[in-house]
Amino acid sequence: MLNVYNILETIRMIQDECLDIRTITMGISLLDCIDTDIDKACEKVYNKIVSKAKNLVPVGQQIEKEYGIPIINKRISVTPIAMLAAACPNDNPVKFAKALQRAADTCGVNFIGGYSALVHKGFSAGDMALIKSIPEALDVTTNICSSVNIGSTKSGINMDAVKLMGQIVKESAERTADRDCIGPAKLVVFCNAVEDNPFMAGAFHGVGEPDCEIHVGVSGPGVVRAALTKYPDATINEIADIIKKTAFKITRMGQLVGARASELLGVPFGIVDLSLAPTPAIGDSVAHILEEMGLEMCGTHGTTACLAMLNDAVKKGGVMASSTVGGLSGAFIPVSEDAGMIDAAVAGVLSLEKLEAMTAVCSVGLDMIVIPGETSPETISAIIADEAAIGMVNTKTTAVRVIPAVGKKQGETLEFGGLLGSGPVMPVKDKSSAKFINRGGRIPAPMQSLKN
Amino acid sequence: MRAVVTVIGKDTVGILHKVSGICAEFNVNVIEVTQSVLQDMFAMIMLVDISKINADFAELVDRMDSLGKDLGLSIHTMHEDIFNSMHTI
Repeated sequence: MLNVYNILETIRMIQDECLDIRTITMGISLLDCIDTDIDKACEKVYNKIVSKAKNLVPVGQQIEKEYGIPIINKRISVTPIAMLAAACPNDNPVKFAKALQRAADTCGVNFIGGYSALVHKGFSAGDMALIKSIPEALDVTTNICSSVNIGSTKSGINMDAVKLMGQIVKESAERTADRDCIGPAKLVVFCNAVEDNPFMAGAFHGVGEPDCEIHVGVSGPGVVRAALTKYPDATINEIADIIKKTAFKITRMGQLVGARASELLGVPFGIVDLSLAPTPAIGDSVAHILEEMGLEMCGTHGTTACLAMLNDAVKKGGVMASSTVGGLSGAFIPVSEDAGMIDAAVAGVLSLEKLEAMTAVCSVGLDMIVIPGETSPETISAIIADEAAIGMVNTKTTAVRVIPAVGKKQGETLEFGGLLGSGPVMPVKDKSSAKFINRGGRIPAPMQSLKN
Repeated sequence: MRAVVTVIGKDTVGILHKVSGICAEFNVNVIEVTQSVLQDMFAMIMLVDISKINADFAELVDRMDSLGKDLGLSIHTMHEDIFNSMHTI
């Protein structure tokens, strides 16, 4: 039965500790929109998205009212557009990006993800054209997100794609230099990409998924931190237990909202993504959880161990709270979207190398990191290759979303605004990796791939 | 279907009257009330039955919100499912 303490705890979580649903994401398959005439295909894409998602925003608002819980974003993920582009080899795939943007405007959603290509073993028809069009697509649209999967544990790392993506990231930054280089902030390079991820910029709707479904991503670093504050002298295993219990409560809320959205929209419920997703708001930071555990500042020695424990405890607590867990599920560490990470990066305590180590024990990877504008495409490719290697060998998803700050150096910042926050320029090594990157080819799949 | 109305803020005359007045207007039956005043802080939790509500639940939420703003109180009106799912297995 309801008791006063529980009621007040829930209200305090929402009111004071920034508990919210980060996103309701509708996954929509566009495989039935493929057409050799790109204009017809674009029209089908627009019509299908609008017919499926026209009620997504109103339903989200209704649920917000019903349960008194903020739902920050309503989003859509679609089939990787490279598969549609394959049918029209002589046309510019940016037409699809514009059709997606029109659909986003009509539905009133915050983002559509899926301007994507999966090239972990090689390029098929449509992939190359789509990847080359990414800088233009991210320049001429505002709410479209792009991702490219360049490696996997099963297939190794496609080094030709890695080389290409270094150039694409750089070109995308240059094309949007007048808007704080916003282009690459909407572009993720994955290893082991997941097919049911509700979080941007890496969301796309995998081919193994149903025609249409609803995913939910929760947030709640503030709640976890507040829970830890009450036990300043707890041992680490006691802390792990507190995190588990808190993650359970947060995830239950995600499950409830997802189930309700699925019922109201008449669409099957996909997954709850357990990730702790920070925002730049004060009190909503993953870095501050690590600092609450006893680190003077995030990024110092001990950060990787604390993060490993946090990530594991979040999963253990969340997995029982939801009937189907999926997506990326873990702790996110996007630098520009986390007040504590920003402070640690500005202070020089949090470095790219430390972040790389942290990505080996938490979900995703080098996320929202601003690097000097003069960084060469080969160096960006090498950063991508390093991160993909961690994902490939550890059978986990890793990603790179770095933003070259055109015309800026260490000590300056880029301001993205909103959930994307602001990021200080972080130093990269100045020695060249060009020869390695220019070799091309493929890093063969590791021994871990031979599980059969 | 039930909902929980919580009211927290500085005590004044007639808070319970005004909140339950809105409930009556929406044909929402009050099932249980827990209320206390500590120093001059008023705290009330009200469990109400919304199965026979005569308008959208969202309208009730908006009315309670605006009452809260008028009286300088924090009023939350939430479906009970959120508390049940969060605190029970």
